[in-house]
Amino acid sequence: MIWKEDVECADRAALQVLQSDHLKKLIPYIYHNCPVYKQKLEDAGVSPDSVQSIDDIKRLPFTTKEDMRDHYPYGLFSAPQEQINEIHVSSGTTGNPTLVGYTRDDLALWSDVMARVLCCAGAEPDDTIQIAYGYGLFTGGLGFHYGALEMGLRIIPTSSGQTARQLKIMQDFKPRIIGCTPSYALYMAEEAKELGIDPREGNWRIGIFGAEPWSDSIRQEIEDAWNMLATDVYGLSEIIGPGVAQECQYKDGLHIFSDVFFPEIINPETGEEVAPGEDGELVITTLTKQGIPLIRYRTRDIVSITYETCRCGRTSPRISKIKGRTDDMIVVRGINVFPSQIEHVLVGIEGTQPHYQIVVDRAAHKLDQVEVLVEVEERFFSDEIKHLTELRDTIKKEIQAVLSVGVKVTLVEPKTIERSMGKSKRIVDKRTL
Amino acid sequence: MEVPFWNKEIETLDRSSLEKIQLERLREAIGWSLKTPFYSKKLAQAGIGSPDDIKGLEDLRRVPFTVKDDLRRSFPKGHLSVEMTDVVRVHSSSGTTGIPTVIYYSREDLERWTDLLARCIVATGAAPRDIFQNMMTYGLFTGGLGLHYGAERVGMTVIPISGGNTKRQIQVMKDFQTTVLHITPSYLLHIHSQLQADGIDRASLSLDRALIGAEPHSENTRRKIEELLQIQAFNSYGLSELNGPGVAFECVCRQDMHVWEDAYIVEIIDPETGENVEDGQEGEVVLTNLIRQAAPILRYRTRDLAFLHTEPCACGRTHRRLSRIRGRTDDMLIIGGVNVFPSQIEEKIMKIPEVATNYQIHVDKKGALDRLIIKVEIYPKLFLGEASKLDALRQHIKEEVRSSIVINPVVELHEPGSLPVFEGKAKRVVDTRPQE
Amino acid sequence: MKITQISVFLENRKGRLHEVCSLLGDNGINIRALTVAETESFGVLRIVVDKSDEAVALLRENGFVANFTDVVAIEVGDRPGGLAAVLKIFATNDVNIEYMYAFVEKHSDKALLVFRFEDADFAQQVLARHSISVVTRKEIEGL
Repeated sequence: MIWKEDVECADRAALQVLQSDHLKKLIPYIYHNCPVYKQKLEDAGVSPDSVQSIDDIKRLPFTTKEDMRDHYPYGLFSAPQEQINEIHVSSGTTGNPTLVGYTRDDLALWSDVMARVLCCAGAEPDDTIQIAYGYGLFTGGLGFHYGALEMGLRIIPTSSGQTARQLKIMQDFKPRIIGCTPSYALYMAEEAKELGIDPREGNWRIGIFGAEPWSDSIRQEIEDAWNMLATDVYGLSEIIGPGVAQECQYKDGLHIFSDVFFPEIINPETGEEVAPGEDGELVITTLTKQGIPLIRYRTRDIVSITYETCRCGRTSPRISKIKGRTDDMIVVRGINVFPSQIEHVLVGIEGTQPHYQIVVDRAAHKLDQVEVLVEVEERFFSDEIKHLTELRDTIKKEIQAVLSVGVKVTLVEPKTIERSMGKSKRIVDKRTL
Repeated sequence: MEVPFWNKEIETLDRSSLEKIQLERLREAIGWSLKTPFYSKKLAQAGIGSPDDIKGLEDLRRVPFTVKDDLRRSFPKGHLSVEMTDVVRVHSSSGTTGIPTVIYYSREDLERWTDLLARCIVATGAAPRDIFQNMMTYGLFTGGLGLHYGAERVGMTVIPISGGNTKRQIQVMKDFQTTVLHITPSYLLHIHSQLQADGIDRASLSLDRALIGAEPHSENTRRKIEELLQIQAFNSYGLSELNGPGVAFECVCRQDMHVWEDAYIVEIIDPETGENVEDGQEGEVVLTNLIRQAAPILRYRTRDLAFLHTEPCACGRTHRRLSRIRGRTDDMLIIGGVNVFPSQIEEKIMKIPEVATNYQIHVDKKGALDRLIIKVEIYPKLFLGEASKLDALRQHIKEEVRSSIVINPVVELHEPGSLPVFEGKAKRVVDTRPQE
Repeated sequence: MKITQISVFLENRKGRLHEVCSLLGDNGINIRALTVAETESFGVLRIVVDKSDEAVALLRENGFVANFTDVVAIEVGDRPGGLAAVLKIFATNDVNIEYMYAFVEKHSDKALLVFRFEDADFAQQVLARHSISVVTRKEIEGL
């Protein structure tokens, strides 16, 4: 089933007309409602009525994560606060988090693209979905929830965690669809075995996995473990949350909903567009959003794109799985982690440039573990074990408050963290993704 | 005083019209119930085989009670009146051990519940312009998603932050100038302690209202919350078996909670005999849900103790008011043969100004005797003073509590932050006596 | 009379203690008393040496985090109940002990113990009042 066949299968010319229409309305809307963008457009020499077709998009300025951070919280809003119905917050690079604000129409858009995601993965209207993405400020849980509501699926909002209960609910209600992070799917398979449940006898048949990068070999492992179809969903909270792109049953790239999220792939150094099939940074323009519409947002995700029609009949362009990042962000249990966030916390506690290292590891079929090594400086060294453990616990607590993910903090001797070119090697990622 | 309404016609309906609606809907609910395996049997035993057997509201008393174990026993599908395909939502009670209680909703059920929650929110004076930080846990628990639906219906700006991570909660309050919170009372008190510890000026926040619920608390706790945080606190009542929050809510008068009687029939019974008590007398709250088709529930014994007001409310609503929950039939402690409700102790200690925001009740056995130990956090500056003053305070707390429950407690004074903190429902009572 | 103790931060790594001791030994510094307090991931080595200033400079040069702490060394009768007698005096006079450990060798037939007090000045008053002799820095250096 295709949720919005008229756009998902439209021929390329019709799609471009639609995209052009959207962009022609979007730019004046932003220009007149968002002073920050007005300035940005003026600086780029773009007058709002000069944008007449989707091809004009190349003349528009990029928007970066720094723009979001610098104008936190309300600077990039185009809609007034009274029209904002829901706010989500995700972790930013330092200090200020990244903010997402939805108007009523934005929530309707989110519901619509998430219904497309569910259909694209193979959900049918009378299916039951177990949503094991975290509910709350993280967009995963509520995003799936809204899409499933839109499609009329039966929803079991288990949220993340409490694995034994997740498995019991799977057995009691036999949901055919599961949504969670890929690493959690593998973890649950192991837990199921421990509890004497054969995952291959489990009820889930379709998995919609996302919020962290994963490879085809992990896909194979999940499909073998659960005897299911494992599909990849892509999204980022700045754009809308999950619901930007989704794999169909053919698992040959993720269909990006380009009638509302216009994709470009650029060379991150030069900003020039690269050819289809070539790797580059994904840039997205939200063509119809009202709350915080973004022009040419640089996702920092490295992908390639194809415009060929898929075997499933959808004409939408398809992006590859994420092949890398242009920055040093890592994803741990679905949460974005920037080394700069940890640095920010340590500066706050120690008052100086700290020496630290982040070690991410995943024991076989276990959840990701983050260990932060922090060098002890003379000023903070105390003869009292109590003071040192307090220091360690404070660091741990503050990092966890910023990241919303559990970490282990280990105090280490000075100069034990490797320094390359004067700068420490900040991240050691031991996982095989 | 301006009294805001969500649905003024229904909320101020005269008594007889309200009862007419109740009767119509009760018949409908009986009809739904007869389609469930559980109730068809139960109602047949009571001689009710069709909605027509309900001639008047008084016939409800012929319906046998439903208890929590009934819901557990017929898990998962004994309570369904519709095909599983018509169920669009499943929630479950917080039963982390054993078999949870499962609640099913059809699309219409969710719609009616959402509308009721919008009614609750508007009754407190909150409006679309408000920024609503929903600090209750999201997921299977009904507290988070329930108010989420209601707040979106009202058109507020919803921040679905869920529970936990106090620092981030406070950051979000500051950054977005949150005006309305939905939170448990114990967590709100903890938030206050954290604000103090971080030296955050109350004036830098825009908080107007807190909707507090999910755990019983005393009037003095509410007052304390209102004074410390300079906020209006509104009591909320609901339980997942009956949909979740939204059974009863306080209006701008803040003088106990209106039960939405077009959606629920409330009865107060003597928990021992099962007989209905006079209006105004305390007893166990029994609720019948008139608006849930997928999994109807009749005369559910909540184990909550409360009474119904007989006086009308100044706001003009005709829906009767339920007192705060004064205890639970199952949280009653028997200490040295005396019945004690934790709420009685809370009521006493929370009115003592030196007492800070957290406390815990321990019961253990010393030799053959039960011993009640009350641990309270007091403001840190008190520890700097003379020891004799601390002794006097201890003595004072002891006497206050004894005057209420007859038992002589051991009182321990603690520094703020030393007792366990709960970022959701608090666990106030620790009973370490060996099980008989 | 307070004496100087050196505290060193140590990760729980194999051979780390050995490195500290051989560094000091190779440079002719003699350890008179030693204890290690540890947690699951790190520990604090506490030592009393004959040449404190030299030892700390050396440790820091070699990348260790080290600093000084004031402690009191007390002579205790080397017989059953000798320590208990001293501890009783502390207890009855409300002297709080953070930690304590013993010297490697004896001093004029008595056992030598290192005490870290919460309030060292107060502790010394109590010691003086009960005529318990403390060992001076000079004596430590000459041991």
